[in-house]
Amino acid sequence: MTNIAQSGIARTGPDGLSIHTSGDARKRLARRYAAERRFRRLGLGAVLLAMGFLLLLLSTVVGKAIPAFTYTYAVLPLDLAGDKINHDDPLRSNFDAIVKAAIAEALPFAAGRKQRRAARGLISSGAAVILRDMVADDRALIGAPRAIGLPVSDTLDLYFKQLTAPRRSREPQGSATPSATSDKIHIAVEDGVIGSDEQFGRDAPSHLVFINGGVVKITGADGEGLQGDVLVPLQSTVPAAQGDWRLVTINQAESARKISDREIAYAEILNGMGLIERRFNAIFFTRGASREPEMAGVWGAVVGSFFTMLVTLALSFPLGVASAVYLEEVAPKNRWTQLIEVNINNLAAVPSIVFGLLGLAVFLNFFGLPRSAPVAGGMVLALMTLPTIIIASRAALGAVPPSIREGALGIGASRMQTVFHHVLPLAMPGILTGTILGVARALGETAPLLMIGMVAFIVDIPGGALQPATVLPVQIYMWADFPEPGFQQKTAAAILVLLGFLVVMNAFAVVMRRRFERRW
Amino acid sequence: MSNPDMAEPITPPAGHVAEEAADDSVAPVATVGETDPAPAADSHPVKIRSRNVDVFYGDKQALFDLGIDIRARMVTALIGPSGCGKSTYIRCLNRMNDTIEIARVSGLIELDGQDIYSPDIDVVELRARVGIVFQKPNPFPKSIFENVAYGPRIHGLAAGKTDLEEIVVTSLTRAGLFEEVKDRLEDPGTGLSGGQQQRLCIARAIAVSPEVILMDEPCSALDPIATARVEELIDDLRKNYTIVIVTHSMQQAARVSQRTAMFHLGYLVEEGQTDAIFTNPTDKRTRDYITGRYG
Ligand SMILES: Nc1ncnc2c1ncn2[C@@H]1O[C@H](COP(=O)(O)OP(=O)(O)O)[C@@H](O)[C@H]1O
Ligand SMILES: [Mg+2]
Repeated sequence: MTNIAQSGIARTGPDGLSIHTSGDARKRLARRYAAERRFRRLGLGAVLLAMGFLLLLLSTVVGKAIPAFTYTYAVLPLDLAGDKINHDDPLRSNFDAIVKAAIAEALPFAAGRKQRRAARGLISSGAAVILRDMVADDRALIGAPRAIGLPVSDTLDLYFKQLTAPRRSREPQGSATPSATSDKIHIAVEDGVIGSDEQFGRDAPSHLVFINGGVVKITGADGEGLQGDVLVPLQSTVPAAQGDWRLVTINQAESARKISDREIAYAEILNGMGLIERRFNAIFFTRGASREPEMAGVWGAVVGSFFTMLVTLALSFPLGVASAVYLEEVAPKNRWTQLIEVNINNLAAVPSIVFGLLGLAVFLNFFGLPRSAPVAGGMVLALMTLPTIIIASRAALGAVPPSIREGALGIGASRMQTVFHHVLPLAMPGILTGTILGVARALGETAPLLMIGMVAFIVDIPGGALQPATVLPVQIYMWADFPEPGFQQKTAAAILVLLGFLVVMNAFAVVMRRRFERRW
Repeated sequence: MSNPDMAEPITPPAGHVAEEAADDSVAPVATVGETDPAPAADSHPVKIRSRNVDVFYGDKQALFDLGIDIRARMVTALIGPSGCGKSTYIRCLNRMNDTIEIARVSGLIELDGQDIYSPDIDVVELRARVGIVFQKPNPFPKSIFENVAYGPRIHGLAAGKTDLEEIVVTSLTRAGLFEEVKDRLEDPGTGLSGGQQQRLCIARAIAVSPEVILMDEPCSALDPIATARVEELIDDLRKNYTIVIVTHSMQQAARVSQRTAMFHLGYLVEEGQTDAIFTNPTDKRTRDYITGRYG
């Protein structure tokens, strides 16, 4: 017995049971299962944590981006027939004057210089350009007065989206009786509507009273009522019953925000006239870069990214696959090919900005390619993507069973026939996966493109790979840097567009993969 | 290693002699002419002549000074324990060893009197003339039709679509597979059973009308019924093709082959008519091997 135990083929343990059912064995087994459970829980925990962070990221981006997909428009009746139209060349009409006249008509009380400026500031300074583009698209707009939606200024858009000047509106107890309809007035209200210890002025919260079709900015309060400046003239001095007037409080001081009390008053009047509309933000999806947040669009960057990716793909895919085929199927395995292999692996780890420097030195300065153009950007990114594609393609080619090669060679297929008829089609799904990984990384790349000038401020939508352009990640980078709050939403929205671009590209790759996989 | 067929004297390498001497006291190599009556040279001329063939994998020698004649329209079985160089030899005959980077072949191998390792031989043409069927069935991951049609297509053997279809049908019929797959020629070849796949590979090989078919343990992955079908097929193919088959089954060698060559540790031990080898082996190693005492 002992003899057998020592020789390592014992069938029973010390307690006489089989070695696989003894107490010790059971304990060993339990430990094994415990380790397995621990590992499983850790893995699950890691996955959940990662998913949590992903969700957090996505929800923040989406939450920030959603408002940017719509924009606030003021639908103003425009005089597109009068003397401001140049009937010989409608595109040279004075559209700015048309917009100004429409504003003046909607807000007739804004007559003074200050008032006119505030009223004009409600509508985007790009409105005239938009109007001109509309007329350029459709000459039939000219000839009759027409109500057309014009984008409001970016601060007003933020105001209507509740993203700036957060406000509280309430209908205080009792009636209110204004003393006059304009200038400085007194409003008799019940006690306590606004506490008498309240501070007033540019550095204190603002109180606006909406009464009898007008707006009064409160400048003081005492036992008898409120004193204030009229921002929008009242229609009458009749007492307003409870519920017919309201008090709007904006806690943010006027000096601390970009939208003045007067602009708020005018905007609310326009809103009360039903002229304010929230529409799909077509500008964002159709226009190029602009200094004005409301005029800035992502389309220029999308087209730029598209051309850049086209160049990248057109260069890196065939070159990468050909290199992989050569290294894997043709080249002898010697010290030289080993050296090349090591270098390719190292290239995959080179920081992308280094490729940008190379692009600047070689493509721009030596070959004289145009600055800021997708060709140059695409070539730099192709260099960056090549190692990834080569490595993935080699792995995919290497994973094709040798029996397939032998089968083809055995009936007299040449080496290249074997590769192109049999090995490459089987490796294609893997190659496509590597390609999409590489190109997706290139799509999100900023640094190397900064080096070759793709950070330039380009207003026009690029019409080809040789024209100056910017790309989505660079556009995001630039917008993130702009101080205007309007650009912050745009940044998030552009990130979503970039993600959408990525999803479309991946979907395309998945479809391609399917096509190759279906051939067994 | 005295071989009466060979005019030139052969000096075996020193290691060879030492090893042979260290072996049993039996005569080192039995010779063809002594054990069999010479086969009718006119009906079965020598198809492949090998002389002084040495094969190295890197520094390691796998075949030593091999000399053997393969006769036309006969089945020659190669037997011997694992690792003795049977596959290595068979792969020399259509230069499949070219694909192994470390493999180096020296010596003379002639197909119809032409040195197949000479620089003016086109290896693509050689492999069209000398087809091969591997141990593990390896149909292409394409349709059954495409599997068979691929060879004729790349070699331009078919004049048109109908011609190609005819070649495919004939090849599948000769491989004894047509009846089983005629309704699903567009199905993937990889979806067939193991035995069917191997017959598909045989059909693929004969579709390019080779002169020689090499088979490296074609039945080792098959069940007895599939094996019987393939053996039947081999027996049938013998009328038109020269066949070299590697097998580990003595019964199979006895059933399908007319001539048998026994390999051991990279040396050819003896070669002769199958009946003679099995009933009266001259070498002790052959005797031991076929009686199952080793290998
Ligand atoms: N690709 C290869 N690389 C290195 N050595 C090999 C290779 N193929 C075969 N060998 C060696 O050559 C010898 C003969 O192998 P093989 O011809 O496959 O034997 P068999 O087919 O008779 O079993 C073995 O020792 C084997 O290890
Ligand atoms: Mg073998």
